[in-house]
Amino acid sequence: MSVEPAPSAVDAPSAAATGTGAPSGSTRRRLPLTGLTALAVLILLAAVPLFVAPFQTSMLARMLIFALLAVSLDLLVGVTGLPSLGHAAYFGVGAYTAGLVAKYWTASAPVPLLAAVGVAAFAAAATGWLAVRSHGVFFLMLTLAIGELIQQLAESWSGVTGGDNGLSGIPAVEVAGQPLTLVGYVYWYVLVFAVLGFAVIWAVSRSPFGAGLRGIRDNEPRMRSLGYSPFRYKLAGFVIAGAVAGLAGGLLASQQFALVTPADLGFTTSALALLAVAVGGAGSLWGPAIGAALVVLIRDVYGPDLDGHGTLVLGAVFIVAVYLLRNGIAGLATTRFRRRGPPPSDAAPPPDPTQGATGAPVSGGFRQNRQDGRQAGESSQRLDSDHPSSDPPNPGVKRS
Amino acid sequence: MSALLELRGVGRSFGALKAVDGVDLDIESGARHALIGPNGAGKSTLFRLISGEMAVTSGTVTLSGDEVTKLSQVRRARRGLAQTMQHSSLFLTQTAAQNVALAAQRHRGSARWLLPRRQRDVDDRVADLLDEVGLSERAQVPVSSLSHGERRQLEIAVALACEPRLLLMDEPAAGMSLAESGRLTELVLALPRDITVIIVEHDLDVVFALAERVTVLHLGQVLLTGSPDEVRGSAAVQEAYLGSSTRGELFAPAASTPHSPQGRPKANVSTQGRPESSLGDAS
Repeated sequence: MSVEPAPSAVDAPSAAATGTGAPSGSTRRRLPLTGLTALAVLILLAAVPLFVAPFQTSMLARMLIFALLAVSLDLLVGVTGLPSLGHAAYFGVGAYTAGLVAKYWTASAPVPLLAAVGVAAFAAAATGWLAVRSHGVFFLMLTLAIGELIQQLAESWSGVTGGDNGLSGIPAVEVAGQPLTLVGYVYWYVLVFAVLGFAVIWAVSRSPFGAGLRGIRDNEPRMRSLGYSPFRYKLAGFVIAGAVAGLAGGLLASQQFALVTPADLGFTTSALALLAVAVGGAGSLWGPAIGAALVVLIRDVYGPDLDGHGTLVLGAVFIVAVYLLRNGIAGLATTRFRRRGPPPSDAAPPPDPTQGATGAPVSGGFRQNRQDGRQAGESSQRLDSDHPSSDPPNPGVKRS
Repeated sequence: MSALLELRGVGRSFGALKAVDGVDLDIESGARHALIGPNGAGKSTLFRLISGEMAVTSGTVTLSGDEVTKLSQVRRARRGLAQTMQHSSLFLTQTAAQNVALAAQRHRGSARWLLPRRQRDVDDRVADLLDEVGLSERAQVPVSSLSHGERRQLEIAVALACEPRLLLMDEPAAGMSLAESGRLTELVLALPRDITVIIVEHDLDVVFALAERVTVLHLGQVLLTGSPDEVRGSAAVQEAYLGSSTRGELFAPAASTPHSPQGRPKANVSTQGRPESSLGDAS
């Protein structure tokens, strides 16, 4: 029950980014409304621990963390056009760093997180320096290889990382000398830094630098002829995305009874993050956040009820998303804008998340989605008719 | 030295094939210079060698006195070398204004700024440029919805946003209607003289309307550099184009259709009844 508000809320911080894909002209008009939506969702998110049971709250915290990972990946995939299959490596590096710092040095508030960000950024810079030189499938393979390498490192360096058993015994985060032992406080801690991370990605993507990244995505040779050095831009984007992924990892390690395992930086985590981006809609930033919430929801909330077949459902979701939602969940919102015209733009984002989240698990939400997808795909011709099948006969009758 | 661009013995070979072979070329500052030649003459390759998109295998390239042979395309672009591409090469998902802004912010804004910011000077520059190429009404339209001709106009706005000293135009009139290429000609003619223009073009109407100097390439080598009239009168040029020395076939409207190397014999520039003899074979 109490999980309901979750995904609708998850898009909060990034909801301000809704305008990202839209032409700048209309964006300005829309901004105050998006800002208000973001604020409302933020307040809702902040209020969650006051009304929701601890288990669901910590689940929500995990959604936020995974959403942050997905959004940072979206900076690479959607904005820069670099599909990475090894992004969880930096997430894991951040998690291990924060865990180790908290365990052996200090657990007081921002220190483990800062260390996580720093080390993840360094790792991203060192590996990205190589990866970013390649394109397309080669980039995919290189990042995959880098991810696997780092996972191997985590598995075999058991003296430090705990090997396959993972890193355990990480102390609770301390704020002003007090350890955060209550789930609600930990949640707020996660929320604050997740919002910060979203804000960083959002700001970067809306900046002149972000415009450069988008230019590289669309036409890299042309960027070169304009005097941009694509390598530097891509590397910088890669490092920023890696650093924010590291922040997400740091937050993972700051949860109570946190256990960081090699699986956190392995292929599966990377692939799930990529799935979240694809389902949510690459490039929109808020879409992948919802996608991430959906992924966690299916895998961790409904998965256990499905005898561990959560991944199977995720696979189905992915296929449905690829075939029916060309631009993911975010695409649904923008097609609605276009159909109705610009004014009611603020109304669109909220409905989608609730679809995915409403108690009715996957099927209910996706039936809804399918309809939207079909309408979007069939352009405006059939707007008046409710049933696609009813359309063909009518003209025939008129003609005869 | 008033030569803005100097090529000395520039060559590029692909295996045994010498696509460009020992080209010497001086482009004066403020010139309107055209490169023509039959297909496979090495025009596009020479263009890439000048822009830095492709490295030379021999020779040197000098841009306003500095040797840039070893510099990358990016570096050369920052030294004021801009180009329009043969096939419209823009950022399709973005609007016309965003396309120009991307170029403008690199050269006058702060492209590396990591936070959202309003760049007034960039916005102003974008508005001016779109106005200049006649696209101000279409500023907020995504490039994917622009017509072919409009995209070519936008290409020019993007190139101009780089504040070039040297503008390379690779077949700017390709695929344009007569009216559109007329507008293009006016646009280029109206460019200030501190922008030097080199243009590769098959449409000889456009070439002779724009260029003050014409260089004819043939088999990777410079066949002739001269005024449009000299080129029009040259027997060697006709031979290169058509493998024959009857000038009528090159510059007369219909006769040459099946033979024309470009397959687009648009040229109907009158030969002004000059005798065959005028300035026959240079090199």
